[in-house]
This record gives sequence, structure tokens and C-alpha cells, in this order.
Amino acid sequence: MNTIFVIASREFKSLFLSPLAWIILAVLQFIIAFLFLSQVETFILLQPKLATMEGAPGLTDIVITPLFGNAAIILMLVIPLLTMRLVSEERRNKTLALLLSAPISNNAIIFGKYLGILGLLILIVFLIVLMPLSLLSGGELDMGKLAANMLALILLVMAFTAIGLFMSCVATHPTIAAFSTFSSLLLLWILDWTTGFDSQHSELFEYLSILKHFQAIQSGLISSIDVGYFILFITTFIMLSIRRLDNDRLQK
Amino acid sequence: MTKLIEAEHLSRFFGKQCAVNDVSFNVSKGEVLGFLGPNGAGKTTTMQMLCGNLAPSSGAIKINGFDLLDQPKLAKSSLGYLPDTPPLYKELTVQEYLCYCAQLHGLVKPYQTQAIERAKERCGLAEVANRLIGQLSKGFQQRVGIAQAILHNPEVIVLDEPTVGLDPIQIREIRALIRELGENHGIILSTHILTEVQESCTHVQIIHQGRLILNETITGLNRQMNTGTLQVTTRMVPDLKRLLVIPGVYSIESPEQNCIRIHHDVNNSPAEQIAERVIAEGWGLLEMTPIKKSIEDIFISLTQEQSHPV
Repeated sequence: MNTIFVIASREFKSLFLSPLAWIILAVLQFIIAFLFLSQVETFILLQPKLATMEGAPGLTDIVITPLFGNAAIILMLVIPLLTMRLVSEERRNKTLALLLSAPISNNAIIFGKYLGILGLLILIVFLIVLMPLSLLSGGELDMGKLAANMLALILLVMAFTAIGLFMSCVATHPTIAAFSTFSSLLLLWILDWTTGFDSQHSELFEYLSILKHFQAIQSGLISSIDVGYFILFITTFIMLSIRRLDNDRLQK
Repeated sequence: MTKLIEAEHLSRFFGKQCAVNDVSFNVSKGEVLGFLGPNGAGKTTTMQMLCGNLAPSSGAIKINGFDLLDQPKLAKSSLGYLPDTPPLYKELTVQEYLCYCAQLHGLVKPYQTQAIERAKERCGLAEVANRLIGQLSKGFQQRVGIAQAILHNPEVIVLDEPTVGLDPIQIREIRALIRELGENHGIILSTHILTEVQESCTHVQIIHQGRLILNETITGLNRQMNTGTLQVTTRMVPDLKRLLVIPGVYSIESPEQNCIRIHHDVNNSPAEQIAERVIAEGWGLLEMTPIKKSIEDIFISLTQEQSHPV
């Protein structure tokens, strides 16, 4: 247990030793703040109309839900870049031998690396949540819905990281890992576009699509199906990563 | 004596290619085993298997009494390993890196600083402790790699070509360090520098095409290097017939008039009698040297025997 935190904290600190983490934090904050402001702008434009409507969507629906949806898409672009070097770079630089010959199980190595990256991503999510909270100074928010959005984004980020970690275990080169992660995430994202047509409706695709589950939780409806989907998704890819690392020892 | 490493019938296949074929050996406390072999002989593969980086296709490994497959954590906790490329994080300073290694090996806090200080001192890293590893020269990086392997004071130390990239003075220091460590640990080191084996090892193994073809102590090796030939230089031309009658002398060749080569019985060297005879005859003994096969000769003859079976 202790070694997991040793690896995780090393991974987390290493991110901040290169400009990568700082740039990602700065650029993400800038872009998301820009999107946030444009959402707020939209709300202000719509406000007179909304006031006359019965059961109109509130501030939370118009600002927060789209903001978190956009953040998810941006994170889909960023996470492959963060996860790509986790294992594949260690393998390339032959530093993996240090971990493999230390008295640490492969589970600890994978969990440690996973948690290390997750630390940065949780920080990013936290910074995103701060933006809507600033609205509290002039308005009221549906805190339940904000919490649901936060949960959705955290689960999403955890799933993205798990798949990125697995790709990094498989790939021989970090760029290959990044590209495969991004492609699979995009595929999982757009999988349910076909389900829009009634004739091609596929329950399997609908279930597999990340977007569907993400939006379901975002809407404030936290059902065990959606949460279960994410938990299954994360465990599957973490298990596969551990298996893949074991495989390194068995054959090359 | 406690056996620190027991390797039994190790084999490793990469696809159909056999990298290591039925290799067995033991290393006890106080032994330094030198692993010799040409490129691609299977040295690194064997070491990777010993350190749990590669699972053997068949065979068993015990480190300090613990089976590497059944109790990997216990076995690995008494293991220090320097791979052929030192596993260094270039973005860390030496101090941070050693601290990380100490934590990975589960050293507790008060003991950690002490262990790091000792490793730095032993490998001469004190003055570069706060520099980034990526900015250090290759020799220093190699020393950081060695420091990492001995940091947690493991019973078994496996070093894959530890003196590569070091300058002659550093090589001497590292060899001295290996000898010193060898007194209380079991060490395996692989190298292709043959004199290194003679200088720092107590045992030597030669591996070739995945097979162990020689497993000897250094004393045994020295005995093998004895060819049973004396080179004698005299001031006057000696009378060969009078030397041939000395018991134990087989034959004499004289490439030059004053310089002769006496082939004699290996187990019972007649060197003393020859010297006495030369002096008694008043030929003027200038030099008398036993001719030894170098370890290179043994190495080459053994590896070539194997590749071209007669």
C-alpha cells in the first residue's frame, strides 16, 4: 500500500518537473474560462426570455452542463498526452527494470502510476468546478446538479486515464500510445451516433458509448447503471494493464 | 555457508531461439562471481531472470532462500540490480533519485538518510548529490546506477557490466568497492573485460551460446592457466643435454641461443632444480619466468571449441 503512494507521488511530482503539467493547467484553464464566459454571456442574453417562460431552465442548466460537456471533450484531447509516457517511456528508457526488480508487485506499479496521473486530473476538475462556484456571488446554483456534473467529469476522467494507462502499457512508443488512446476514446464517444436512427438502433452500442452515460449522470440522475458502467470500464482497463505488465516478464 | 543465489536448470526461449540453455549455479556469501561471455551469449538474459525482470521458460531461482516465483517480494527485497543500461530518471537530482529508490525498497525514514549517505560516499557521489542526473557524465551516471543497487544493503548484488564508461581511476575504485562488498554479500557481475574477472572475482563462469561452459574458482582458473613452460634466459649458451636429465623436464626448445623454453611436468615443477643447475654450471641466470596462458586464451579456446565441434 505504501509503495503505491511512493510511485504515485513520484509520478505526480515528475509531471511538475517538466513544463508539460504547467502548460496543460494554464492552457486548459484559459480555454475553459473562455467557454465559461461565453456560456454566461448566452445566459445573460436569454435571461429576459427565460423570465417569461414557465419551468424555464435555470442558470445551472444553461451554464454548467454545457461547460462540463465541453471540458470533457477538451480533456479527451489532453489525457492521452498525459498518460502516454506512463509505462512506455519507462520501458524505452529501461527504467522499468528499477521497478521490476524492487520488492513491489505489478499491481502496485500500475495503481501508483494511475493515481499519480489522476492526482493532476482531479486538480484540473477542481479548477473547473471553481468557475461555476464564482457565480454564487451574483446568483443561485443548483448545488446537487453541480455535484452530479462534478461526479460525471471525475468518473469520465478516471475512465479516460485507465484506457490511456493500458495503451501506454501496450505501445512501444509514447506517441503510439497517445494516438491509440485518443482514437479509442473518440470511437467510444461517437459510438452512439448511429443509435440516433431508429432503423439502426443498437442497444449494445448505446450501452458502450461513454457519452450516453456521461450525459445521464450530468443530468443529475445518478443511476447505478451509469456509475456501474464507469466502474466496470475502469477496472477492466486497470486489470488489462496489470496483465500486460506481467506479460513483459513472460515473453518479449 | 549460506547459499544466496541458487539457480537450477534455467532455460529461456525467445520464440524458437534459445537464449539460455540449462544453466545451473550457486553463489554463496562472500563470493564474487564473474560472468563472462561473448556478445549475445545470454549473460544479460540470465541476469534479467535472476532479478525477476524476465520469467525463465523453465528452471527455478532462489534468492536468499526465497523462491523468486512463489515469494517475489521477499526474494526481491534482498536483491540489488544494476541493469546494462542504468535505470535513471534524468529529470531528478541524484539525491531525489536515491531517495525514491530507498522508498521503493521500503526503507524506513531514519534508516533511509543513513543508507543514502553511505551509498553516496561509497560511490563518490557526494559532490554531485544536488545535480540533475541527466546533466551528469556517463561515468557518474554509472556510479549512480551502482549506488542504487547497493543502497538498501541487499544480500545479493547483480551488476551487469558495472565498469562500462568509467575512467581507469574510477574503474579501480569500483573494483575495490566490489571486492569490499564481496566480503559480506553475494555478487554476480557480468563483463567482457577479462582482467576485471581476475581482479575482482572469486569465481568465474563462462557462458557461450546459452550454455555454461566453464565454472571455476579463480584459483582453479589460475591452475588452468599454468601451461607447464618456463622461459629461461642465460648469459652463456647452456648445454641443453645437461638440463634434459633433470626429472620432470620433458623437452626444451631454444628459439634463441641464450633464451630457452623448458616444457615440464605441470604438477611437479622442476624450476628449483633447473635454477640450481644453471647456477652450478656458471651459465649466468638472467631471467626465469613461468609462461602462463592468459584468461583470454582460455576464453577463446573454450568458446571456439564450442562453436566448431571437432
